[in-house]
Amino acid sequence: MVASTNTMEQVNDLAEEKYKYGFVTDIESDTAPKGLSEDTVRFISAKKNEPEWLLDWRLKAYRYWLKMEDPEWAKVKFPEIDYQDAYYYSAPKTSGDGPKSLDEIDPELLATYEKLGIPLREQEMLSGVAVDAVFDSVSVATTFKAKLEEVGVIFCPISEALEKCPDLVKKYLGTVVPYTDNKHATLNSAVFTDGSFVYIPPGVRCPMELSTYFRINAKNTGQFERTLIIADKGSYVSYLEGCTAPMRDENQLHAAVVELIALDDAEIKYSTVQNWYPGDENGVGGIYNFVTKRGACRGRNSKISWTQVETGSAITWKYPSCILQGDNSVGEFYSIAITNNCQQADTGTKMIHLGKNTTSRIISKGISAGRADQTYRGLVRMSPKAENARNFTQCDSLLIGDQCGAHTVPYIESKNKSAIVEHEATTSTISEDQLFYLRQRGIPPEAAVALVVNGFCREVLQQLPMEFAVEAQKLVGISLEGSVG
Amino acid sequence: MLEIKNLHVSVDGKEILKGLNLSVGAGEMHAIMGPNGSGKSTLSYVIAGREGYDITGGRIVFQGEDLTGMEPEVRAAKGLFLAFQYPVEIPGVPNTTFLKEALNAIRRYRGEDELDAMQFVKMMREKTKELGISDDMLKRAVNAGFSGGEKKRNEILQMAVLKPTLAVLDETDSGLDIDALKIVAEGVNKLRSPDRSMLLITHYQRLLDYIVPDKVHVLAHGKIQRSGGKELAMELEEKGYAEFGEAAA
Ligand SMILES: Nc1ncnc2c1ncn2[C@@H]1O[C@H](COP(=O)(O)OP(=O)(O)OP(=O)(O)O)[C@@H](O)[C@H]1O
Ligand SMILES: [Mg+2]
Repeated sequence: MVASTNTMEQVNDLAEEKYKYGFVTDIESDTAPKGLSEDTVRFISAKKNEPEWLLDWRLKAYRYWLKMEDPEWAKVKFPEIDYQDAYYYSAPKTSGDGPKSLDEIDPELLATYEKLGIPLREQEMLSGVAVDAVFDSVSVATTFKAKLEEVGVIFCPISEALEKCPDLVKKYLGTVVPYTDNKHATLNSAVFTDGSFVYIPPGVRCPMELSTYFRINAKNTGQFERTLIIADKGSYVSYLEGCTAPMRDENQLHAAVVELIALDDAEIKYSTVQNWYPGDENGVGGIYNFVTKRGACRGRNSKISWTQVETGSAITWKYPSCILQGDNSVGEFYSIAITNNCQQADTGTKMIHLGKNTTSRIISKGISAGRADQTYRGLVRMSPKAENARNFTQCDSLLIGDQCGAHTVPYIESKNKSAIVEHEATTSTISEDQLFYLRQRGIPPEAAVALVVNGFCREVLQQLPMEFAVEAQKLVGISLEGSVG
Repeated sequence: MLEIKNLHVSVDGKEILKGLNLSVGAGEMHAIMGPNGSGKSTLSYVIAGREGYDITGGRIVFQGEDLTGMEPEVRAAKGLFLAFQYPVEIPGVPNTTFLKEALNAIRRYRGEDELDAMQFVKMMREKTKELGISDDMLKRAVNAGFSGGEKKRNEILQMAVLKPTLAVLDETDSGLDIDALKIVAEGVNKLRSPDRSMLLITHYQRLLDYIVPDKVHVLAHGKIQRSGGKELAMELEEKGYAEFGEAAA
């Protein structure tokens, strides 16, 4: 019968969609010797022809790291990481010295990005999105450079920024996330390989969305990219970050650092769709996503807004935060975290109110299915000088099935009497009534779940730029496959 | 079109339907009346394939096919529609998104082309106009914060979009004011066609003034106790269900 073959095909398609990014690209790469030592740090720094001050900074971080303990307060479980059993630098060989133009990039690599849906060739690109793609440890292409240069926007790999505008890098690097911050960030400071650098000059509204795509390809390789975004006075930028990795049985470490700096009247909107390989149904393999993201609203009336859709990774440990230093500055955190099967996520935000009339808004939507466990962990701190500061927090959890868990851990520290902190939290499930209603209308169970979950996340999805929102909605459905029935 | 033979249904181990027989021909409109708790909604759920409504005996045959064990979404794709007595809220999902997803799921199943956004919007515009439904209601989340009457109208809109071959309307008239009742009845009448059958569950003879049924059945004690024409509804309105031993139940 035709109808049933159709359904079978759909089921097969779905099964393949499950992690369609799980392919491996066959590319020769230039790799540092295995393990972590001062030599590794020197190797990386030398590969990148870095200035002396940066090597010193890396070494300070490395030496500090040696004495640090793993953060243990998060509600995640995993075997101790063997830092000596990984590679800290892997570059596609052909682009060892950094590509000068798209024509110099290995066609295999271009094909990989096409498979991922990121056409690097400018003519194929969605208008208005400039892409910097990081493959394992190096940035392979930054598109639309010329158009951005016209308005004075600098958008390039951080290694290139060290040549182009070393003073800017030196002035801001490590000022939001110091190398002593936490073990993962410290490791990143010692061995970070690449990442994006953005500078928006005063008064410039960046004419297009900037986007970075991260991809871990090589085996046993950690990815330690470092992103630094500076929005000068009165400027605006929207930045998107996407991530994927091949399916592998072993766990791979991803310890990134993102630092944002907004000066007077500047605004940075930072969106992430994180779809690292989550491991299989039994929790074998997957990325450890231990990321430190922090933004400093240094100037008056500045604004930093984080939006994240976290569907991948075996473990996510991530708290994009805002330091609201300038008076009237605004911090926002919109989050969707989906955990299925054996995934674990401990994620949330910190809103540190330092200036007067600072406001922050936290909207967190957590969805847990299978045997997954997730925790929202958020800190709202009103310091003594934060006159009339305000925070609103809404944390909603949705549970699918009865073997998963969701926890909400809000920390509130208020040292100013005029500050107002509001917190609302709900926990719900997808009801049998809802499922039956949708199925009666012809919608199969998995699509029905995806629909309800997308509805649950709507407030956050609406924050994403259009192209990402559509992709994110699909991702929500795919991540929850196998969670019903 | 629909043949129900000696149907026994249990819910949580309790037998609700106890040998029900019903036969609805193509294009026919049947009304089912009966006291509260007699099993009318249970009948509608078991036709639609809701989990937990176990058929312990007998069978339901729809367009020549035994429905036992068939998934609800497959029944829907084969042309079965249930207007719920209590429509369910789906927060955050716009009514149009939901309807488009439903319609396209059904079309996919049938091997038909999916409607694109433009075609869909055009079709929706016609349907809402016909049923006097505001655009605002389409943008809002499915049934969320809808008034009782709006929810019922939304059910009829869905029926108009999905164009079923058999529609079971479970108390679609309750909670409607006179004007809304007329609009809904008109909507239902417009959807009457020689290849669409309807099963109208109602407590009120009033609805049958607007939608004239081919047959009226009385459901009590888990069985159809009596069947007749429109005059049976009038009689019930006067005498209640005393005759069936359920007076003031
Ligand atoms: N999940 C359940 N568990 C136990 N009993 C149930 C369950 N669902 C329904 N029933 C019982 O089945 C009987 C029939 O219910 P049903 O909803 O079909 O009645 P109805 O004829 O539609 O009534 P009304 O006119 O009030 O809508 C009732 O006695 C009800 O309490
Ligand atoms: Mg009922």
